[in-house]
Amino acid sequence: MTEQAERLTLTPEQYVEAQNSPEFTELRRRFRRFAFPMTVVFLSWYLLYVLLSTYASDLMSTEVFGNVNLGIVLGLLQFVSTFLITTLYVRHANKNTDPIADKIRDELEGGQNA
Amino acid sequence: MPERALLAVEATETVGEPIVNISIFLAFVVVTLYITFRASRNNKTAADYYAAGRTITGSQNGLAIAGDYLSAASFLGIAGAIAVFGYDGFLYSIGFLVAWLVALLLVAELLRNTGKYTMADVLAFRMRQGPVRTAAAVSTLVVSLFYLLAQMAGAGGLVALLLGVSGRGAEAAVVIVIGGLMIVYVLVGGMRGTTWVQIIKASLLMVGALIMTVWVLGEFGFNLSSLFGQAADVSAAAETPRDVLGPGAQYGATALSQFDFVSLGLALVLGTAGLPHVLMRFYTVPTAKDARKSVVWAIWLIGVFYLFSLILGYGAGALVGADRILASPGAVNSAAPLLAFELGGTALLGIISAVAFATILAVVAGLTITASASFAHDIYASVIKKGVKHETSGVDEVKVARITAVVIGSVAIVLGILALQAGLNIAFLVALAFAIAASANLPTILYTLFWKNFTTQGAVWSIYGGLIVCVGLIIFSPVVSGVSEGPSISLFPDADFDFFPLRNPGIVSIPASFFFGWLGTKLSKERPNVEKYGELEVRSLTGVGAEKAIYH
Repeated sequence: MTEQAERLTLTPEQYVEAQNSPEFTELRRRFRRFAFPMTVVFLSWYLLYVLLSTYASDLMSTEVFGNVNLGIVLGLLQFVSTFLITTLYVRHANKNTDPIADKIRDELEGGQNA
Repeated sequence: MPERALLAVEATETVGEPIVNISIFLAFVVVTLYITFRASRNNKTAADYYAAGRTITGSQNGLAIAGDYLSAASFLGIAGAIAVFGYDGFLYSIGFLVAWLVALLLVAELLRNTGKYTMADVLAFRMRQGPVRTAAAVSTLVVSLFYLLAQMAGAGGLVALLLGVSGRGAEAAVVIVIGGLMIVYVLVGGMRGTTWVQIIKASLLMVGALIMTVWVLGEFGFNLSSLFGQAADVSAAAETPRDVLGPGAQYGATALSQFDFVSLGLALVLGTAGLPHVLMRFYTVPTAKDARKSVVWAIWLIGVFYLFSLILGYGAGALVGADRILASPGAVNSAAPLLAFELGGTALLGIISAVAFATILAVVAGLTITASASFAHDIYASVIKKGVKHETSGVDEVKVARITAVVIGSVAIVLGILALQAGLNIAFLVALAFAIAASANLPTILYTLFWKNFTTQGAVWSIYGGLIVCVGLIIFSPVVSGVSEGPSISLFPDADFDFFPLRNPGIVSIPASFFFGWLGTKLSKERPNVEKYGELEVRSLTGVGAEKAIYH
């Protein structure tokens, strides 16, 4: 048996029907509600850091403690924000999108077997 | 970059005992070859060869992704850039890390749910197969070759330092050996063998970097400030004094180089989610949830590693010093091995250099399998053979992939020898591969997943447009062409045909590719395939009909 044979195939009508269902619309909304604004946030924050490093090097060289300057601190905060967004995303997916996605998949795949 | 002048002082200094270095490296090769041969016994179908049967767990794949991603650029290149240029080198690691959020939030799971083996599976999903698959395969090959070139250059430089061989012939011989080994891993082990090489390598790399980081911090009484202080003092007293703590040591000189820095930053953050060898790793896990889990693991591993490399870079700057690093045979890329020798003598150097070799081998194997899979699956099976299904489930296709792996390996060897002789920083070379990936691939991936009206013409224009603009600008930049004034570090230092001043073209080529995708779609006579988009959307978000794991 090849992997092709194991795969489910639904008709185009079934997909369009699923796509227009209120459940799927809700799933898409929940996915995009987190992913899109968060992408804007982390990209802006990163670009701000790059631009400050480039065009405000005096500011970034300001010492915060000892020889550690503002640029290094903001750079390390980029690490912190990356870890934080990762954790938030996993929590969002587990709580808000996975249950709906699993439900829709079970329904569609169940319908296929029936 | 003015280091060229320093390199002229031909250093013959060998670090450590070549015998020890070679033995540790050989031990790694023997162990990984054994594992590769064992893994190859389970390779029966195309899904085994390309995607390890989709049976790798999320955490294993996270390690393998880290192994794939933390290339010589990350280990040798970033540490070297921080050691010599300080803060400006730090930007590489931040860009390389933040970039993972694009992959996590927008790409990884959706791609796993809809594709099969390659990036083109998703890009061509709702388009006409032929043109889009061909375009995606071409850009996959170009990105992989650039990336390979960087790794090979790193390998040559490293060996020159460690084995005490110098001269072009010897360095070239080393590149050939590395290239040959990588071809064996890929031919024999397929994705399963490659994955295990990457997992072993990532574990070794994390442990090696941790040991060195703690050691360096110990030398400074675990006081970050005094580490930075000494790095600054040593750099200020170097032949070419630099302020390594503030930004601008490398890119701050002129308005143009500042703009180049911004361009680099953009390419770094948008490149990762368009790297074909990274995307292909998402297919090796059973489900999209495992793909998510593997990215989360990868982000933590990669992030922690880059924190280590910040310490290692400044540590090398403080304890070894920029002058000695630049005068050594591996130049800026030899900071980490030199630091290891400074700290722990021959033994630590041997271990760290074995880790560095493992790093290079694992990454080149991953790149080679990606490029060969793309040619065999996207061009041979889907375009030339028109997707005719063979009863042998892709045996033919895998044969073509194996032949392609040999060809790509050979081309990489030749290009690697060229790049090696130019003495370019590996992290810098890899950044060019990121720029190409961000230009040729990312816009099309995002449009395909999220823009309903995107068409075949839009996809083709975006891929080729981004690719041509990006590669074209690189060819006519000071990276390839020599420059008329001042010292140049380039592939052809004696020719002078540059007209594009930036060393990284991302800031021009990435928006250009987004624009081409939009324009191609707007000017398209063909209606977008809305039904197929429905299927793509439902499948990508729910995992209905996703490829399943194959357990033997």
